[in-house]
Amino acid sequence: MKGFNLLLAALVACVTLATPTLAADTIKLGVAGPHSGDLAPYGIPAMKAAQLVVKKINAKGGVLGKQVELLIQDDQCKPEIATNTATKLVTQGADVVLGHICSGATKAALGIYKDAKIPVMSPSATNPGLTQSGDYPNFYRTIASDDMQAKLAVDFAIDKLGAKKVAVLHDKGDYGKGFAEFAKKFVDESGKAEVVLFEGITPGAMDYSSIVQKIRRVKADILIFGGYHPEASKLVAQMKRKRMKTAFLSDDGVKDVSFIKVAGAAAEGAYMTGPRDLSTIPLNAAATAEFKAAYGEDPGAFFQEGYSAAMALLNAIEKAGSTDYAAVTKALQTQYVETPVGKIKFDGKGDAEGVGFSVYQVKGGQFAELK
Amino acid sequence: MEYFIELFLGGLTRGSIYALIALGYTMVYGIIQLINFAHGEIYMIGAFVAYIVCGVLTIYGFHGVSILIIAGLLAVVYSCAYGYTLEKVAYRPLRNAPRLSPLISAIGMSIFLQNYVLLAQTPDFLPFPALIPDFEFMEPIAHIIGSPELVILVTTLVTMIMLTLLIKYTKIGKAMRATQQDMSMARLVGINVDRVISTTFVIGSALAAIGGVLVASYIGQVNFYIGFLAGVKAFTAAVLGGIGSVPGAVLGGLVLGLTESFAAGYISSDYEDVFAFGLLVLILILRPAGILGRATKQKV
Repeated sequence: MKGFNLLLAALVACVTLATPTLAADTIKLGVAGPHSGDLAPYGIPAMKAAQLVVKKINAKGGVLGKQVELLIQDDQCKPEIATNTATKLVTQGADVVLGHICSGATKAALGIYKDAKIPVMSPSATNPGLTQSGDYPNFYRTIASDDMQAKLAVDFAIDKLGAKKVAVLHDKGDYGKGFAEFAKKFVDESGKAEVVLFEGITPGAMDYSSIVQKIRRVKADILIFGGYHPEASKLVAQMKRKRMKTAFLSDDGVKDVSFIKVAGAAAEGAYMTGPRDLSTIPLNAAATAEFKAAYGEDPGAFFQEGYSAAMALLNAIEKAGSTDYAAVTKALQTQYVETPVGKIKFDGKGDAEGVGFSVYQVKGGQFAELK
Repeated sequence: MEYFIELFLGGLTRGSIYALIALGYTMVYGIIQLINFAHGEIYMIGAFVAYIVCGVLTIYGFHGVSILIIAGLLAVVYSCAYGYTLEKVAYRPLRNAPRLSPLISAIGMSIFLQNYVLLAQTPDFLPFPALIPDFEFMEPIAHIIGSPELVILVTTLVTMIMLTLLIKYTKIGKAMRATQQDMSMARLVGINVDRVISTTFVIGSALAAIGGVLVASYIGQVNFYIGFLAGVKAFTAAVLGGIGSVPGAVLGGLVLGLTESFAAGYISSDYEDVFAFGLLVLILILRPAGILGRATKQKV
């Protein structure tokens, strides 16, 4: 009898302790990011986006009949603070987390969420490894990773243009070289084409006639260039002058009106990747209008991505019918959701499909998005 | 073999532009032992003036070659005016100052002129019209050498012949050579040294402006910053050939252009500059005065 009592007491204690989570009558959405300090402008728009989404959903009756509660934590974009933030959100019983903002802070925090089996979705962490390493199966993002642009460019060159021999050039800068290195990697991995030339050119050099002759000599089908528009203009102009038919494909740094203005007729037909034009998505305009109505100003960086992440997370819980980790994961990967960044679902690694970049072509002196 | 010829012609084109600019450095150095760091900016101003003139002439309905000639001439006139003023404002007051002072003044003028164009014009890249038309007869070999390259090579050649004749056979040329040999002695025999120095600056500026117009028309863009890199390369060419020596500057320019072209073509364009400057170091070790430079004893 005495033993039974003790057991009962233990059981009661147990139940009491577990009550906050078991008997939760709210869905807890954690929001982590820099809300103070010099990087706050990157975190606050996503936080405000979450507030707007939650307010709207709660007004319509919440998720699974429960109200959504926001747990907002500041990580100042610092990895060492982010681990504390994550621990705090886990203890508070967050069901899903929107964050973090900076790649470094996100990486530091992810292990803690992973152990607690909490899905995390960042609107802004673009480091490729976060999803591709496979170390963080609980991680998702509504922004394209850094290498997505190169991936898109290479897929386009190989699948759409049927390129077999690819020349890759870059301007030796962080941005251009990064793009070029990813492009080279993806071409090598594809097995359908080969990189016949991979070199850096000196920005601002008088002319690029030697390298252009070299491209012609290796008989490249396409030149993929990582860099900015002044060098791109010179390259296309010199290729045209050498009567070459090699296609030209470049990055966001070239998708600038200056490229068309300076290269003129030589720019015609050139391809480049650039951020997708989101202004045609109705939800995008609606989210911006909502923000303006609430705060009287234009939304800042990562607002649309944050808004989309909040919608995607809550939608997944709704579709899953519970906050169970496996069910939510499955919903995120299978159920499409309409968001301000487009109609998205997530691939097995956590990247949003269809988010990010498009291929553009210069047609009649304009950038035309190729669908 | 065709590839070799292509690289050779590409290097020659680039080298002759270097040579045109290098002449300005070497002539000024030969006479007053000053490295005119603002010389690259004169080249840039030449290109900018031509750009503006082209815009105006196009509005008035002029065509290709006539625009090229008028714009080229005006660019030369303007650049000469800049070169003349530069010498008068920044170097003449420092004629008897220690050698470092005019050097600092030159660097200052370089920065000033760059920022002046940046503010007065634009920080953007501007499209320079292709003034040199594609010649019909060049079409079959257009992939090896285009008409702009041909025009650059011919113009450079003609300019250099004229310069040689000027230095060898005219009165001012003789005065320049005399001043180069001994400035105070030249003054004693009645040569107006200040005028000779001004003339040297004017001639150097004219050459730089010709280079500027040719390059801008060749690559199709101008920007306030193009003078910097061109200036550094041309200065290298002048040192390579032997600073102070006129044929040396031409040779240095061509050697530098060809080295860069072959390095980029046969090895990697990553190493273009490495080879160019490696060559400079090598030549300076073997011949400290440059390829054609004469080692002179410093009188202390």
